[in-house]
Amino acid sequence: MKEEMTRRDFLKRLGIASVTGLAAGGIGLILHDPQGPDLVRQQQTITGLGNFALPALASEPGKMALVHGMDRRLTLQQGVQALGGMEAFIKQGDRVLLKVNAAFATPPALGATTSPELLSAVGELCFQAGAAQVLVTDNPINNPESCFEISGLAAATRQSGARLILPRHELFAPVSLPGGRLIQNWPVLTGVFPGVTKVIILSPVKDHQRAVASMTLKNIYGFLGGRRNVFHQDINGIITELAQLLRPTLCILDGTVSMMTNGPTGGSLSDLKDTGLMIVSTDPVAADAAGIELLGRTLRDAPYIQMAAAAGAGEADYQQLKPVVLHT
Amino acid sequence: MRIVSVRRISQIFFFSVFLWFCLVTTVGTAWWQLRGWPVNWLLELAPLTAVATVLATGTLYGNLLWALVVIVFTLLLGRFFCGFVCPLGALNQFTGWLGQRGQAVLARVEANRYRPAQAIKYYILFFFLALAFMGSVQTGFLDPLPLVYRSVNLAVLPLTAAGLTGPRFYASVWLIGLLFLGIVALNLWRPRFFCRFVCPLGALLGLLGQLSPWRIGKRDKGACGDCRICEEYCEGACRPAGGIILGECVLCLNCLNRCPAGRITFAGQPSAAGEAPLPDLSRRSLIVSGAGLAVAAMWNVGGLSGNNRNPSLIRPPGSLDEDRFLSRCIRCGQCMRVCPSNIIQPALLESGVQGLWSPLVNYRLGRSGCQITCVACGHVCPTAAIRPLSINEKLGLGEFASQGPIRLGTAFVDRNRCLPWVMDRPCLVCHEVCPVSPKAIFIRTIFKDIRGGHSLAARVQGEAVELAEAPLWQVNLASGDYYLGLAGEPESRLRRIIGALGLRLSLEAPLTEEILAAETQVDIRVRLERPYMDPDRCIGCGMCENECPVVGLRAIRVYSENETRAAAGRLLI
Repeated sequence: MKEEMTRRDFLKRLGIASVTGLAAGGIGLILHDPQGPDLVRQQQTITGLGNFALPALASEPGKMALVHGMDRRLTLQQGVQALGGMEAFIKQGDRVLLKVNAAFATPPALGATTSPELLSAVGELCFQAGAAQVLVTDNPINNPESCFEISGLAAATRQSGARLILPRHELFAPVSLPGGRLIQNWPVLTGVFPGVTKVIILSPVKDHQRAVASMTLKNIYGFLGGRRNVFHQDINGIITELAQLLRPTLCILDGTVSMMTNGPTGGSLSDLKDTGLMIVSTDPVAADAAGIELLGRTLRDAPYIQMAAAAGAGEADYQQLKPVVLHT
Repeated sequence: MRIVSVRRISQIFFFSVFLWFCLVTTVGTAWWQLRGWPVNWLLELAPLTAVATVLATGTLYGNLLWALVVIVFTLLLGRFFCGFVCPLGALNQFTGWLGQRGQAVLARVEANRYRPAQAIKYYILFFFLALAFMGSVQTGFLDPLPLVYRSVNLAVLPLTAAGLTGPRFYASVWLIGLLFLGIVALNLWRPRFFCRFVCPLGALLGLLGQLSPWRIGKRDKGACGDCRICEEYCEGACRPAGGIILGECVLCLNCLNRCPAGRITFAGQPSAAGEAPLPDLSRRSLIVSGAGLAVAAMWNVGGLSGNNRNPSLIRPPGSLDEDRFLSRCIRCGQCMRVCPSNIIQPALLESGVQGLWSPLVNYRLGRSGCQITCVACGHVCPTAAIRPLSINEKLGLGEFASQGPIRLGTAFVDRNRCLPWVMDRPCLVCHEVCPVSPKAIFIRTIFKDIRGGHSLAARVQGEAVELAEAPLWQVNLASGDYYLGLAGEPESRLRRIIGALGLRLSLEAPLTEEILAAETQVDIRVRLERPYMDPDRCIGCGMCENECPVVGLRAIRVYSENETRAAAGRLLI
């Protein structure tokens, strides 16, 4: 090994050291952040889930049918027919999102979730009307796989040829509702909406201690992610904002069997009552205003219905819609 | 086909089966999910679990009967399980092979030389068997099957999150992963390090194989040229070139395959070069291993299964009482893997050192509480530490109606943290998610003056109220939860506030029939529904604790009081 460095070696080393030093300096300058980070991470946010109401109905009050009877397929079919048939809402090639209430991993007989029979019937009607694709989703309270399987909604989805979308983590994105106090930079299941052209909300009618009743508007809660329970501090406020977050094409409020007590989980057949009414409506507020009567309650008991109407999400006096009343 | 090819195919087969069983241990009906797959088969085959639980409980549970198959074949053939079946053995052999690639012959021979320290695994085995004899099954800490199941279930698969809607969480799992990584990494230093020096199952099989009529050996003593090629690739470090140590031979059969002169045989006669049954076991060390007897006895002195039990220790539904639970649980992590709510977690020290990595329920970490219609954990438990329940037994229905539901504990409302109890804010999430009918959580409603909302000066005209000053409480008074009444008037005369614009409020109905003076005193009150617990109804499912919006230390928490598994925890009379 040589003791002394040759001139060539020295220059080579000097050159490499200089270039490395310059590169380090350059990288440092490029990455330099004199401000430091924001205290709270700033994110691009979306402002809503969309207005899927038919434009033709925008200027007039919505349409509504109240169909009495215990056979869900029959009452659904007659109700939709009274509103002009599913073809009036779903066009050839539409991509339809069905929002169900799959909140709990309980069997369908306990009525805590959307009836699987209703789901498959609606799915079939959509396909018959020409829908290219039908999607089914919810972000339930219990583990999603268990909820959809045990409630029978997964099987009903498969049976009708629709596609189940489980609320995977990456489908949520922050949403800020313009003018909203509560839904600000909050994770919402937005990832199911790209390409969706129509939205139908399928809800059971259930007792709910805090909200008084869980029906169509409360069902939209199932699009929220994160630790959404903090909003129970202002349950009427959050439901009012949810009503503004999404305007569905059609609402199907299934009061065939209603959960009268111990809601929204139920857990016993004695919590249920045959109320025999299928509500089909283009207006979610009107649907809930009619549905709450099945629980023996009034608009005064559940302030969110009138608050949502005041926010422009629909009509709380459902008689204004001149509902078609049918008996099967 | 050469015999080592058969061995390799067998190892690949059992390793793949093992991985597949880990993957499918998720609740569901699809072909890649739990339905029907015998996911515990390898756990049941390896006889250490069977031996330890028989010592601890006096019975051989369910499918642990499979262990007899391995025991019988080991009696006849020796440690074939180590060479042909064990998935951790296969992984060790593979990484050891990688580590030895490119090494000189002498270095290989040196790495695979017999070492007296191989006796250590026998001491470990005796220590564990002594513990088991005293009723504390700890074999799963180092028994390769529970170890590899636990490591892959909890530390490896969550990194891939295959087939799940969200990430899986396991508390302190890095420790489990570190042990696993350490075991795999040590193969780079000494091939099959774990198998040779540590594995208590290998020690057990080595002892069982002592009588085997067939064994590896040399055909004739003198003619061998001492080339030691047989030892170059010896997986068990059992000295096939000299006097073979039978208990150490893992039946890799590399010597049989490689001997250039064909002098190594697998035959029904002792090796011509002489043989030893086991490494030299020192009597002193064996006696020290017996310290397990004292250790287990001292654990009992700690009283952790009795009066000194950890009240936060909730075991999965169907778990036996703490003493009987620890006489069965092998820490395989199957229940933790299968739990759809991801609430079954490996314990660190919550149930003492003796409960390391045993399953406990953590309602904060998972996706929901314990789902009332789920009994998956007990059905994948290979030792019935968690008894397999039917839905009827879990919920106390049908023929189980008289014994009532399985209770995991009781939820307690923390009135120092609960929003309606201490912060004057409506909430009631716990009541909403309580899944029993009638709900265990019930409510009492009260109306409370809001902060700075008492005796406010106001002008009242029918339904319209104009406050002279704003209350301190900065909330949306029109949210439906706030009421207004004349100061000091009873609740029955309150009116709900339905509109608020600055200091102007509107009520849902006029406050009084009479005309009021220009300046009137009013109270603004919030309607609070406060949760109470009916312990007779509560099953400890933890839905409330999981969903409680007080996200740090939850304002409603499940403790072990009244849990079904321990008579000592009984709360109600």
